[in-house]
Amino acid sequence: MYAFEYHRPQSLSGAVADLANPDAKALAGGMTLLPTMKQRLASPAALVDLNGLRELAAIARGGDNLVIGAMAKHAEVAASKDVKAAIPGLAELASLIGDPHVRNMGTIGGSIANNDPSADYPAAALALGATIVTNKRRIPAQDFFKGLFETALETGELITQVSFPIPQKAAYTKFRNPASRYALVGVFVARTKDGVRVAVTGAGQNGVFRLSAFETALNANFSPSALDGLSVSADGLNSDIHADAAYRAHLIGVMAKRAVAAAG
Amino acid sequence: MGVTAIGASVKRTEDIRFITGKGRYVDDFNRPGQAYAYFLRSPHAHATIDKIDASAALKSPGVVAVLTGDDIAADKVGGLICGWMIHSKDGSPMKAGAHPALAQGKVRYVGDHVAVVIADTLAQARDAAEKIEVSYSELPAVVDTAKAASPGQPQLHDVAPLNTIFNWHIGDKATTDAAFASAAHVTKLDLLNNRLIPNAMEPRAAVAEYDSGIDATTLFTTSQNPHVARLVLSAFIGLAPEHKLRVIAPDVGGGFGSKIFIYPEETVCAWAAKKIDRPVKWTAERTESFVSDAHGRDHVSHAELALDAAGKITGLRVHTIANLGAYMSTFSSSVPTYLYGLLLSGQYDIPNIYCEVDAVYTNTAPVDAYRGAGRPEATFLIERIVELAARETGKDSVEFRRQNFVKSFPHQTPVLLNYDIGDYGQALDKALALADYKGVGKRKAASAAKGKLRGVGVSAYIEACGLAPSKAVGSLGAGVGLWESAEVRVNPIGTVEVLTGSHSHGQSHETTFAQLVSDRLGIPMENVSIVHGDTDKVQFGMGTYGSRSGAVGMAAISKALDKIEAKAKKVAGHVLEASEGDIEFKDGKFTVKGTDKSIDFGSVALNAYTAHKFDGQELEPGLKETAFWDPTNFTFPAGVHICELEIDPETGVVTIDRWTAVDDFGKLINPMVVEGQVHGGIAQGVGQALLESAHYNSDGQLLTASYMDYCMPRADDLPSFKVDTIETPCPSNPLGIKGCGEAGAIASPPAVINALTDALGHEDVAMPATPQAVWRAAQKAVKRAAE
Amino acid sequence: MIHVSMAVNGRPASGDVDPRTLLVQFLRENLRLTGTHVGCDTSQCGACVVHVDGRAIKSCTVLAASCEGAQVTTIEGLATNGKLHPMQQAFQDNHGLQCGFCTPGMIMAAIDLANRQGPNLDEIAIRHGLDGNICRCTGYHNIVKAIAQGAREMGAAGTRQAAE
Repeated sequence: MYAFEYHRPQSLSGAVADLANPDAKALAGGMTLLPTMKQRLASPAALVDLNGLRELAAIARGGDNLVIGAMAKHAEVAASKDVKAAIPGLAELASLIGDPHVRNMGTIGGSIANNDPSADYPAAALALGATIVTNKRRIPAQDFFKGLFETALETGELITQVSFPIPQKAAYTKFRNPASRYALVGVFVARTKDGVRVAVTGAGQNGVFRLSAFETALNANFSPSALDGLSVSADGLNSDIHADAAYRAHLIGVMAKRAVAAAG
Repeated sequence: MGVTAIGASVKRTEDIRFITGKGRYVDDFNRPGQAYAYFLRSPHAHATIDKIDASAALKSPGVVAVLTGDDIAADKVGGLICGWMIHSKDGSPMKAGAHPALAQGKVRYVGDHVAVVIADTLAQARDAAEKIEVSYSELPAVVDTAKAASPGQPQLHDVAPLNTIFNWHIGDKATTDAAFASAAHVTKLDLLNNRLIPNAMEPRAAVAEYDSGIDATTLFTTSQNPHVARLVLSAFIGLAPEHKLRVIAPDVGGGFGSKIFIYPEETVCAWAAKKIDRPVKWTAERTESFVSDAHGRDHVSHAELALDAAGKITGLRVHTIANLGAYMSTFSSSVPTYLYGLLLSGQYDIPNIYCEVDAVYTNTAPVDAYRGAGRPEATFLIERIVELAARETGKDSVEFRRQNFVKSFPHQTPVLLNYDIGDYGQALDKALALADYKGVGKRKAASAAKGKLRGVGVSAYIEACGLAPSKAVGSLGAGVGLWESAEVRVNPIGTVEVLTGSHSHGQSHETTFAQLVSDRLGIPMENVSIVHGDTDKVQFGMGTYGSRSGAVGMAAISKALDKIEAKAKKVAGHVLEASEGDIEFKDGKFTVKGTDKSIDFGSVALNAYTAHKFDGQELEPGLKETAFWDPTNFTFPAGVHICELEIDPETGVVTIDRWTAVDDFGKLINPMVVEGQVHGGIAQGVGQALLESAHYNSDGQLLTASYMDYCMPRADDLPSFKVDTIETPCPSNPLGIKGCGEAGAIASPPAVINALTDALGHEDVAMPATPQAVWRAAQKAVKRAAE
Repeated sequence: MIHVSMAVNGRPASGDVDPRTLLVQFLRENLRLTGTHVGCDTSQCGACVVHVDGRAIKSCTVLAASCEGAQVTTIEGLATNGKLHPMQQAFQDNHGLQCGFCTPGMIMAAIDLANRQGPNLDEIAIRHGLDGNICRCTGYHNIVKAIAQGAREMGAAGTRQAAE
């Protein structure tokens, strides 16, 4: 790691003040940021450690929404009675991130702010039509994710909550990269009052994306067989040593069907 | 049987420190005033170094020194060596390019050592390394094993035209060709044996300290064989004479071959500690381990098997290209030759074998022994082609194996080895029964009903291990003898220290060796301590690899114990006033034959040191004996592993459902420890078959340089294993031990691939059979079945 | 330099450290608790697992500074009055270790698993629960057996939270 200044604010306003420095970065769970810094691939001048802000970790159901604080750890989301009751597929997703120790540190806010193209939460956020709440504004998920590791967040802007509309049905199916345990392909299927949404992570060259052909088919008939005969184009999908684009395209279909089946 | 006797599953003594966090690994050692080394490594696979400007780095905070190949040359530090001479079939010696510890003028793989920065802290060393300006002229790289010797490829070493290190062969070409000419059936198979990265969980590390008062250097290092390290650093690299160089390998966190070798990093630390007169510490980060630990395997082979009309194997013809990487590592040349070609007869009576091996340089990390070393490659080849031949000729592959097994011993193969003892049919029968092989059909149908494909694969392997005897390995080109030493020191109150040249880095020597001593001397195990891994304590030793610690290391202890017993009988005779010939030793007691006059072991020990009962020069005081043991043959563990698996054809995901192993390791000292060795070996073999591969792109960049991309077997990739043994005692050592460390890794890859191809309707699939590869093969199989 | 203080194995521990000091470095270098190991640099191998405020985390991927005020338990803090923790004993009983390098992290992960999922762990739960720990020696077979025994005995002995 390169040297940096360390700040540990005790309030959200303190954190926002510390993050006014454009070379500062917020440290949430650190599960991506710290390994990246260890490899000297990132060199923030200052780290603003949010781990003192436990008030940002609350999980609560509010009306038709499930609101998860940005500092809620994956393990907390996975184990939360509220999450399991409202959106069991989201609890399941959280239980599949990384490994148990990573889930004890990594946070939903950190994951979403990082927008790793292989991360799991972006699929849920996009499929469920979540709203990303920051200290400044509310950003719909479809406007939030801007390609690889890019988001709508501005300097000094901090995610405080993620608000998920509670769907009628939802499930997440993940095909893990056997080495890293990130998503090689992850598909989140949600049936909401506004229709079915299918979001895919791990596969796209520009990060998480929706699959409108699948959504159309599932709007007509929400069952795995509705996807029979539909294929996914390999164009724009990732190819790497673990999976080429054609295999990923195939897996999207398989994972989508399994997600629909799991959603019931 | 006593609770700690030979043959008892005694819990391990060494565990207590490991489970309480008190193990002492190299990185746990710190010396007063130590500085930290950071290696600047080549980002290029192949380049000339035109200039290194370290002036800014030298001004960086905390920096003590920046050293390069020029400094190492100026100090006349010798290059790293390959200690096994191989001659090509034309009689010419192998063509070994120079291997300086720090690059001199040229880098040949990503990770090659360009400079070392030594600073007060590691962070400072790393900061400074970024300030070194190196001007490279990039050269084209060659990484492809099959193409490396083709004309027009980039050349790595001037001494080795066409990147060819040797063209070795073994066996009789003329008789083998004749067998093929008259064959009723010939099976042909192309195979890749994928490149692996050993990944002992403890990264390599070194701490070197120079004491100017006595002009001596101490090196703590992660070594499987500290004496060999000292020998090479002293005699060949020339750092210091042996008596001025102490090498300590304390607790070592796994080796699997990768810590046999003498690497640039520990060489540089030992040299630099004296140069700057300050202790120097280096610990690899995992990424450094990936790029700079010696890799394993990496063969491209073509094999042909000749059968007569009755299905008897009459000949085997093999051509292999072995990738040895950018430089020849310490024992690299022996792996694709004598540890490979000699094993190609497998468990079979094959009258004619001819094998050619071309060893090539490429712009990749050096390749050397990794668990099994040559024998997994041979076993993969023979067990794949035997399986294929049975399928091609419509035979049951189990019965085809049985038909061709060696059935009488000793058996002379056409590739030098003389199998001393075994019972291959017995192991096969036992494995088939344990695996419920008869029930496979029903289970396949049940899987099919769920839309899954089930397959079963058999692998009948043999290995030559207990690496020794010295005369034999010497005649084959080894630069060292492969005996082992032991010193048994009995203290006056009857406790015992055993100093062994073997080294435990997971093998449980502190327990199993103590079991042997306790059993032989009739004293409690807790009265025995096993000392290893320090050249100042143990006089000499050859270390641990090639499943040799039991068959060679314990045999040396046994021989020293024979001497202890003989001397102790003399002492007892004096004490009991009987003639030495009348003394019997049993259960820790010396008794005068036919009387009730006896004395226990502890009292004999005390009398040996008080020496009150000895007359003059007749008997030396003390009770301490040394032995060097050099066996008469290799040992030949063998067995049968059966893998049964299920494929999800929609995704290509493979689930291993059951694993059965029946091994013949001769006599077992501690079955619990033996089973543990088998488990670990199987996991590494399954890793090779399904998960692991070192992947270089065409520019020579290692794409699998972390656990993000190099897929290590995890707990949920594996099943629990059913492990059993048969026993034909080894005749070439007094304990009847054959060795068990490598068997699992040798046996398992072909069992997995034979099972996969069984499930896939004989569709071939290369290792590692990743989900993507299996899915593709399943698609092809489905398509072919439809045609 | 910044000042950090925490409780490690029940004892106060503090020091002035460079902000980039990882928890594992603080444990190994400042406190000389070398039982916690570093086996990788990408937060995968789990050799560095310790408990912070009762939860298993990878100490190579957390800043020491982030643990200000925390209760940290390492492998050295498990045995009490010379008596091994049931999970430690189970690893010895079942030959759940060979070279011992992954073992401290493995045991800390195993205790965390038993704390979360209770004393009756089946093989599938154990194997999934070891997602974050790599062992190269044992093939996991005996680790799985050890954890099943250790969890059972933790339940029987009421030591569910004893590690903390």
